[in-house]
Amino acid sequence: MTQPRSTTYDVAIVGSGAGGGMAAYQLTKAGAKVVMLEAGSWWDNADPTYSAMLKMPYDSPRRGASTPDRPFGEWDACIGGWTIPGEPYTKAEGTKFDWWRGRMLGGRTNHWGRISLRFGPDDFRRKSLDGMGDDWPIGYDDLKPWYDEVDRLIGIFGSLENLPNDPDGIFHPAPAPRYYEHVVKDTCDTMGVTCIPARLSVITKPLNGRSPCHYCGQCNRGCMTNSNFSSPNVLIFPAMKTGNLTLITDAMAREVLTGPDGRATGVAYVDKKTGEDREVRARIVVLAASALESARLLLNSKSSRHPNGLANASGVVGRYITDTTGTDVAGFIPRLVDVPRHNADGVGGGHIYMPWWLDNKKLDFPRGYHIEVWGGLGMPSYGFMGGIQSYPEGGGYGADLKQQYRRYWGATVGFSGRGEMIPNDKSFVEIDPVVKDRFGIPVLRVHWEWRDAEYLQVKHMQETFRAIIAEMGGEVWSAMPTREQGYGIANGGAIIHELGGVRMGRSDRDSALNANCQAWGCDNLFVADGGPFVSQADKNPTWTILALSMRTSDHIIRQRRAGAL
Amino acid sequence: MSEMNRRDALQHLLAVPAGMVIAPEVVERAAAHVEAALAPATPEASSEQGAQPAGRAAYSPKQFTTDEWRLLRVLVDYVIPRDVRSGSATDAGVPEFMDFMLGESAGMRTWMKNGLGWMNAECRARFGKGFVSCTDTQRRVVLDAIAYPKKAAPELKPGVDFFNNLRNLTASGFFSSRVGIRDLGYIGNVPVAKWEGTPPQVMAWVKRG
Repeated sequence: MTQPRSTTYDVAIVGSGAGGGMAAYQLTKAGAKVVMLEAGSWWDNADPTYSAMLKMPYDSPRRGASTPDRPFGEWDACIGGWTIPGEPYTKAEGTKFDWWRGRMLGGRTNHWGRISLRFGPDDFRRKSLDGMGDDWPIGYDDLKPWYDEVDRLIGIFGSLENLPNDPDGIFHPAPAPRYYEHVVKDTCDTMGVTCIPARLSVITKPLNGRSPCHYCGQCNRGCMTNSNFSSPNVLIFPAMKTGNLTLITDAMAREVLTGPDGRATGVAYVDKKTGEDREVRARIVVLAASALESARLLLNSKSSRHPNGLANASGVVGRYITDTTGTDVAGFIPRLVDVPRHNADGVGGGHIYMPWWLDNKKLDFPRGYHIEVWGGLGMPSYGFMGGIQSYPEGGGYGADLKQQYRRYWGATVGFSGRGEMIPNDKSFVEIDPVVKDRFGIPVLRVHWEWRDAEYLQVKHMQETFRAIIAEMGGEVWSAMPTREQGYGIANGGAIIHELGGVRMGRSDRDSALNANCQAWGCDNLFVADGGPFVSQADKNPTWTILALSMRTSDHIIRQRRAGAL
Repeated sequence: MSEMNRRDALQHLLAVPAGMVIAPEVVERAAAHVEAALAPATPEASSEQGAQPAGRAAYSPKQFTTDEWRLLRVLVDYVIPRDVRSGSATDAGVPEFMDFMLGESAGMRTWMKNGLGWMNAECRARFGKGFVSCTDTQRRVVLDAIAYPKKAAPELKPGVDFFNNLRNLTASGFFSSRVGIRDLGYIGNVPVAKWEGTPPQVMAWVKRG
């Protein structure tokens, strides 16, 4: 993989997740010579050496329990986690924030739930609608063709619903609901809560040489048949087949290099295997290291031409960051006790979900949330039915206890709310003035604060989930969290949807990038991850990251062909 | 399940999608549990398939003293005993699983060791001898006092906390073993050609009055 120092690539991409993978795919297909830096190691989901698909729990003495670099269980594809040895970040006093980082080819596309929701027309112009946050410099119509392209290229299942702010896509058929999902759906219909088939990037028909889903429910382990989306299997491996992609793994980016004219000339990185400092030279640099890592890279890229770091004349880099709000409630549903045994695995995620269905004008908080549903007869593994003492018998042991486990398995249903946070001036990242990581790279210090907008929204989630469970005839064992407990809101970062920090805009006075995700003050530098997002929306961000990255790549290709870059 | 139904069910469950690019041996291995899960359950059949098939008697624990190991083995079979449907926690290799897990986690070693010590201390205070030396009736007196958190006396909290942890870990080990998977009747982890949704007989059950 070592290239002579003299090689100058057309494009250097930092990061191999959704944004980086898409940029690599588009640019290499267009003929550009691309080098990609990834801070983690090689990974191939189709190779059983890597993927644990179809293993049974007893195939490991750990039975699926977590390990230090796999906090979501030993078979989770994603290597990384909330803490990475030698790569700290700091938090301002009073800040609660958890930062999940993937360190592997494909980054966090190896981890996610594959819930693939387009932002709706309103999501790009929230300030115009309610005066809070900011509008995007682009609208749904600008992104719609790219969403369509992403649907065709990657594949997604769903159903046509004609909802005004949850646009339909080009869908494969959605899988029918599982037993408990029928109960949830019937209940929601009764209560006027919109409940529709999920929209996941799992293919249910053959697509571009990939096999349809075989319904083992293990998307998170890395799909050996390429039936779902992760960046390596759908984007990076095809990009490599063009012969135009040079992939450098175990490469921790240090800073974007610039020339005397202030333009980007390449990327300095640390070869993690040897500890040596290296660099790649390129005519164009695309950052796709994740919203916060890209902000960190820009802030650490200081020069006489860019004394505040790159794209940061306005001082906005690191500002306007958001995460999805989240809270969960689970309930015991007596009518689901003794569920007849059948294969309820399905796809690796819910088959139904509830998009935002209410009007904020009639509520005491400004933005919406969607609901994810979980439960069922999934593979019994480490942690199986923990907390049995909460069930009606109150604990016990012996033959009676054994019977409880059998009868109550599959009788719990859970709801997760995932909502929109409004950017605020107390939530931002900056470079810690003292702390450096093991490579000597200055780390981020995170500041985080939820506001009433988020607390009241999460309170509404809690009340709604409890009402749905009650309507199902179920019981919730946890008490309604109080205001002092933040109504059960998850820490900032915990939902792993951090966005912003390198936001796009119409002016270099209040944004880091223009409407093409091109850096103000450094025209051959682009950002293609969650960093450019102006607002969060009540949708998971990956599909929009992909569409934006595709659009940005198209812009780069056109500019290059026009001789402008 | 009758033999014919079972064969039908198997055939249906194991209808691997045509053109699936996954090695047949991977599929066969993955699906091996299904036949067992669909067969009539007996403790004899299931205990033969314990997670630690070879040399169980000769197993020497790495995280437990001889006395602790003896106590643990008695204790986990009180949590999950053998019954008409399946074997016990020790049949399923739960102590060996715990020995592995304790090697992975200092926190688990602490609560386990303290908890086993608490059990013996409580039995000595009540009956003048350790748990293993107590009669079945005496053991159950102590277990009854800590196995139902809401009813337990406040001063027994260390015992209650320990037993909650022990019960959780026993269930983890048992129901993730071959014995436990079969007991539960988990018949997933098999590639299916077409997702048919919830089977009609289950739908009828869902929609029942």
